[in-house]
Amino acid sequence: MEYAIEMLDITKEFPGIKANDQVTLKVKKGEIHALLGENGAGKSTLMSILFGLYKADTGTIKVNGETVTIDNPNDANALGIGMVHQHFKLVDRFTVTQNIILGYEDTRHGFLRYDAANEKIKQLSEQYRLNVDPHAYIEDISVGQQQRVEILKTLYREADILILDEPTASLTPQEIKELMSIMRNMTKEGKSIVFITHKLEEIRQVADRCTILRKGKHIDTVNVKDTTNEQLAEKMVGRKVLFDLDKKTAKVKDAVLEMRHASVLSPVTKQQVVKDVSFTLKKGEILCIAGIEGNGQSELVYGLTGMYPIIKGNVTLHGEDITKSSIRKRSVTGLSHIPEDRHKHGLILDFTLEYNLIMQSYFTEAFQKRGFLKFDAIREHAQELIERFDIRTSAGPVTMVRSMSGGNQQKAILGREIERDTDVLIAVQPTRGLDVGAIEYIHRELLAQRDKGKAVLLVSYELDEVFNLSDRILVMYEGENVGVFDPETITEQELGLYMAGSKRSEAS
Amino acid sequence: MNKLWTRTLEAVAKKPNAINIMSSLLAIVGGLLFGFILMLIINPNLAFYGLYRITVGPLSSMRDIGWVLRNAAPILLTGLSVAFAFRTGLFNIGATGQLTVGAFFALYVGVNWTWLGPAHLWVALLAAMLGGALWGAIPGLLKAFRNVHEVVASIMLNYIALHMINLMVRMTIYHPDERALYPASSARLPSWGLESVFSFPGMNIGILIALLMAFIIHLVLNKTVFGYELKSVGLSRPAARYAGINEKSRVVYSMIIAGSIAGLAGGVMFLTTGIPFRLSNVLLMQGFTGIAVALLALSAPLGVIFAALFFSWITRGGNLADRAYDPELIEIIVAVIIYFSALSLFMKQVLADFVKRRTKEDVQLHESQGDVS
Repeated sequence: MEYAIEMLDITKEFPGIKANDQVTLKVKKGEIHALLGENGAGKSTLMSILFGLYKADTGTIKVNGETVTIDNPNDANALGIGMVHQHFKLVDRFTVTQNIILGYEDTRHGFLRYDAANEKIKQLSEQYRLNVDPHAYIEDISVGQQQRVEILKTLYREADILILDEPTASLTPQEIKELMSIMRNMTKEGKSIVFITHKLEEIRQVADRCTILRKGKHIDTVNVKDTTNEQLAEKMVGRKVLFDLDKKTAKVKDAVLEMRHASVLSPVTKQQVVKDVSFTLKKGEILCIAGIEGNGQSELVYGLTGMYPIIKGNVTLHGEDITKSSIRKRSVTGLSHIPEDRHKHGLILDFTLEYNLIMQSYFTEAFQKRGFLKFDAIREHAQELIERFDIRTSAGPVTMVRSMSGGNQQKAILGREIERDTDVLIAVQPTRGLDVGAIEYIHRELLAQRDKGKAVLLVSYELDEVFNLSDRILVMYEGENVGVFDPETITEQELGLYMAGSKRSEAS
Repeated sequence: MNKLWTRTLEAVAKKPNAINIMSSLLAIVGGLLFGFILMLIINPNLAFYGLYRITVGPLSSMRDIGWVLRNAAPILLTGLSVAFAFRTGLFNIGATGQLTVGAFFALYVGVNWTWLGPAHLWVALLAAMLGGALWGAIPGLLKAFRNVHEVVASIMLNYIALHMINLMVRMTIYHPDERALYPASSARLPSWGLESVFSFPGMNIGILIALLMAFIIHLVLNKTVFGYELKSVGLSRPAARYAGINEKSRVVYSMIIAGSIAGLAGGVMFLTTGIPFRLSNVLLMQGFTGIAVALLALSAPLGVIFAALFFSWITRGGNLADRAYDPELIEIIVAVIIYFSALSLFMKQVLADFVKRRTKEDVQLHESQGDVS
């Protein structure tokens, strides 16, 4: 069997870290090859080398059996290698065609020749059943379609080898299914696909073989059919992973946070982004807000915490109306908030860790006296949290937060918010971008908080997380509450329909 | 030797303060070198003499040292004003306007309110701070509540201050013949014996006031809850907001305080017999030099002290070197030195990269040696 790509003994070193250490990846023609590994395992580096974004320190690359040098993405394109990045690189205000031909324009006398391009895109779209309208504007089409535009872009450039970087991250279950059938169509036409992921289930569904990387090293290449998920996970993490969280049944007590017919106005877009949402959060439960990113979940939380104004309806905490209260008032009354964007909101990156750990409490008696900070107390507090939440740092309390890893940054926020011991904990995407070990840790902490009788409101875009943690699921679509469900009785597929807006329950 | 070098670098790498100080020093050396090259181009024969006069000249007599200290006071204060605002994430380019308004308030009180007796001077200084605070509050309010960029607002306010104060001075302080008028003797900064120490008649306690202010601002920024809030807002407004800090009010307070410090500079400058306040169509330079001072000091209040002294020293040196070069050329040379010196931040980056690379190479060297043995 001939290989489409052979990357042999690739080593790439960045200052302070060996991102790839003697890694070998061989992709057969016409196969879907999964590249599995945790964050920081070196998957993206390896693919960036293949796509010409980085240059390997040592090692050889062969395409269709011939040794090649790839210095930049243009070289990669010329060799028939195309890449679909995790974050799409599209111009919102351009049409599909304009985006696809960008950088690859066919011109005559300096004028663009759209007709030929449109024709070719239409033909490709039909051939691979991508179902994309070449004249549509990017801003008008769904995320799933945008991804297909990215795929079309590579096909338009006549790529035979496609690299898909975490392609399912922002898709609904239905869209993931469609993507997988598209991937199969492409391999039928003789294309080869490298598929970067850390989701085992997707590998099982679509990939033929799988190469596992850990800490920059090649661990194994296996036939997916011959291995179990547990084996894959163990190879990926380097130890046994407990898939089942030890989740006890919830002991739900009285309601603590109530939102009634609330609408939230985004000060950014001046749009009403949350419309008439009502729910009750009780002590001892995890209420999960599910939905596709951008359907008002973030803004709902901003409304709850006071960062955006609630223009209609009201919110009560412990029966007290906090609809118009300040952010500080709400946080002191009993709201903890693990924010979605830890770099923008959750942390002050150029402050030390100890300063970040008092962000929500620096004004209390514990840390100040007559307006002067108590530095000893601040240091002690930081040391306690570092120990309790296992925050790894290079210099302890005085570490600059910017220099810490994402997982440890998130642990710092988690520790700070949990330590405040409030009745309500709001966590938005608390595991985004973290590796399996950190995710496991954070999930356990959230469950522990629930079992201690706290009310937890979790916003998550990952269905696995939703089903693993929640006691009730509230689905949001276009700013509205389209239904509250029991995770024991609803299937992922059905939930997906609600998330995509094609179904809504009147019971809510 | 090599070991010492490595150890120094490691020590520097560990202490952010050491890096800051070293980058400021490097910037100064760079500035002097640049000035020297300029002198070489203009007249190579006199270049060494010129450099000598500029650097060593101001230290040659107590009188010159006195001059340096007295003239450091206003730029220390404006530098402090700019540095303080920087720490809250604001660029106070309006220090010169605040200084002008402060000067007017100080002079109005200093010339007219002679009935105040022994409190006269201190009321005049407070008036200066009040004037500056008012002028700083306007861009602060606009920034916080209307999201008008403080740079645009304060540049316009600089010119409004300049012409408005000209008019107000003529209406309320000066006699119609528009001659400069000094404040009453009860409102002049005393010398507390510094005059005789430096045998310099214009010497006064302005520099002491400025030093006191620098220490106060240092305390406020680094030791208090208020300073913590201001720095949070400066480093990340969204995060400060998330933490429940009223970031709008902090922006306004920050500009008010910055304005009052610049206003105080106006008081310190003109509540003397030295330089009279003249009606002019040119913005007072001290406000802009404050920006360079703050940049050289990397916005550290205590660093501002040294930066201001350095700039005052070089300016004096320029005055002393004007036998070697034309006054205009000297001004250019001094300006080049000053503004090149303000490249501390750039130097900091260069230094940080260098240290990082060196220590890493050393580590690798040690590791590879370890492998062999």
